[in-house]
Amino acid sequence: MTDKRDLLILGGGLVGMTLALAAAKKGLSSHLVDRADPASLTADGFDGRASAISTASWRLFRHVGLEETLEPHGCDIAAIAVLDQMKRGRLDFRPEPHEGTLGRMFANRQLRLALHEAAKKEPLISWHAPVEVLSRDRSEFGVSATLGDGTVLEAALMIGAEGRGSPSREEAGFKMASWDYSHRAMITGLDHSKSHENIAWEIFYPDGPFALLPMLDGPDGQHRSALVWTVDEKDAAGVLKLSDRAFLAEVHKRMGDLLGELTLNSSRSSYPLSFQHTAKIVEHRLALVGDSAHGMHPIAGQGLNLGLRDVGALVEVLDEALRLGLDLGDAQVLAKYEKWRALDSLMVMGATDSLTRIFGIPGKTASAVRRLGMAGIQRTSWLKAFFMNEARGVSGDLPELLKA
Amino acid sequence: MSDATTQPRSNTSAGTISGATIRADEAAHFGKLAKDWWDPKGSSAMLHRLNPVRLQFLREAIDLHWACDIEARRPLAGKSALDVGCGAGLLCEPLARLGADVTGVDAAPENAAAAAVHAEGAGFDIRYIAGEVGALDLGTFDLVTAMEVIEHVADKRAFVAALAARLAPGGLMVLSTPNRTPQSRLLMIGAAEGVGLIPRGTHHWDDFITPEELDALLDEAGLDMGEPRGIGFSPAKGLHLSDNLALNYIVTARAR
Repeated sequence: MTDKRDLLILGGGLVGMTLALAAAKKGLSSHLVDRADPASLTADGFDGRASAISTASWRLFRHVGLEETLEPHGCDIAAIAVLDQMKRGRLDFRPEPHEGTLGRMFANRQLRLALHEAAKKEPLISWHAPVEVLSRDRSEFGVSATLGDGTVLEAALMIGAEGRGSPSREEAGFKMASWDYSHRAMITGLDHSKSHENIAWEIFYPDGPFALLPMLDGPDGQHRSALVWTVDEKDAAGVLKLSDRAFLAEVHKRMGDLLGELTLNSSRSSYPLSFQHTAKIVEHRLALVGDSAHGMHPIAGQGLNLGLRDVGALVEVLDEALRLGLDLGDAQVLAKYEKWRALDSLMVMGATDSLTRIFGIPGKTASAVRRLGMAGIQRTSWLKAFFMNEARGVSGDLPELLKA
Repeated sequence: MSDATTQPRSNTSAGTISGATIRADEAAHFGKLAKDWWDPKGSSAMLHRLNPVRLQFLREAIDLHWACDIEARRPLAGKSALDVGCGAGLLCEPLARLGADVTGVDAAPENAAAAAVHAEGAGFDIRYIAGEVGALDLGTFDLVTAMEVIEHVADKRAFVAALAARLAPGGLMVLSTPNRTPQSRLLMIGAAEGVGLIPRGTHHWDDFITPEELDALLDEAGLDMGEPRGIGFSPAKGLHLSDNLALNYIVTARAR
């Protein structure tokens, strides 16, 4: 007797797992499949990646019951400061006290720990990991996946949450608009002698943005930030080969004494950057969420937030389907999800992509134009409000789960 | 837009149909028919788009009538439901998911057979019967629905009386049908059938019935009609519940 569930979620990353939990809160059962070993994903030093969790995304975590576990691990972003290289002229996004923060920074490891712990306790989630998916099938009455150990999992709806290289998306034959930035993000954790004062720094170089994101102090009171440094692909190999000491010297060249003396507090990792977008995110009994549907440049920290907005919208649409007695794989149900998400993701991605392009043009004139533009934004309060709302993720038509 | 091809005839052959009792060679045929009915892009595309809208009305009506929790997953648990003009079961299967013990009736034996084949594949225990609701001895039901059916029926008075006779005491009836207005003539027959959104020849405008006429027929059958809601169409929203009754409307009825 097979254990047929509501959802077959392929990919148990941050987005897939949050989806499983949010769905379970609405009474939807799921198979959650991931190829990686959960223990290694949460091991100390697995990666130094961190995520900016927007206000809207935070509400989603609250709805799925993670607030208490996560609260002590988040570092408020009080302001975002934007610089064109280390030149004069700075653009500040600092909300008024009554407007709340611009988001919170979390080590991805902490997010994973909290999600894993909650998923283990949730009886509606059947978690299969580490295991490979050998084949996927979407038929008239349901979907299935055959796992490496021979197990066949069945459900009403398949969800592709495997990230950029999503095999379920590839199999469905969705055409992606995509281009490679031919850039690579270097990611690591920094300890520094000066306090970051809860400011996120985005310093733009022609090669790409150099971002410092405020993290909570370490166990011995060390001040900490997460570094996301974008380098040209042709220089990436060289940067990767640098010793820690030489790497830190290069980092220091780009940020000066902004945060005082620097040391590394995690291993260094790197990720290729590309832009991917598909207008079609649903097919017969298949819905895509997160980077499977839209991979983006991490410049504005919106990738995960966009994925979590997918989660909120999909769960709301599925909940409504249950209330109406509709099949979870019903074409009208999935079309509603696709329509809802299409505009939002394209808007955020378009903004992020043009930001990358504007700051990616080398030369003195471009730099002057950029600084002029930044001064312009600095003076125009509604434009600033728009940017801040985008960073918080509270503009557009929000799913219920992402509302207060 | 038709769930049914109900035409009043006498001596219709009737019988319960289940996926298991259909001959193998016929099952393939009905399977194909069911596939077309259930294809969201097939000839029933408009019905698929209409389904969430009428279910939304139905769910609200169920919650109000039986004072159900609006979040309940199976508000019809323990209740019986009859869908008249069931087609291939587009409404029957959601009713079964909502917990009802469902019977579907369709005058066309092909439809009932296709519905039975689909229900078996989807794992539902739904009773499908081919025949005329007035000529069948079915007993009574807590919920009786006839969606997009009455416009295809010649003797509407007899049809409404037959529906009323199937309604259990304290039961709820829900009907939907196109209105007889210049707008429906233009949109549903002129435009929608013209461009193939609805199969040509599905509707005869003269057979459409206005809310006032339906109210009078229900009244004769001893039923009180609720406030009708329109089912409108706009390019931005698609089909949706609206206050404009000009195109299509949906309404509850209950015994006095």
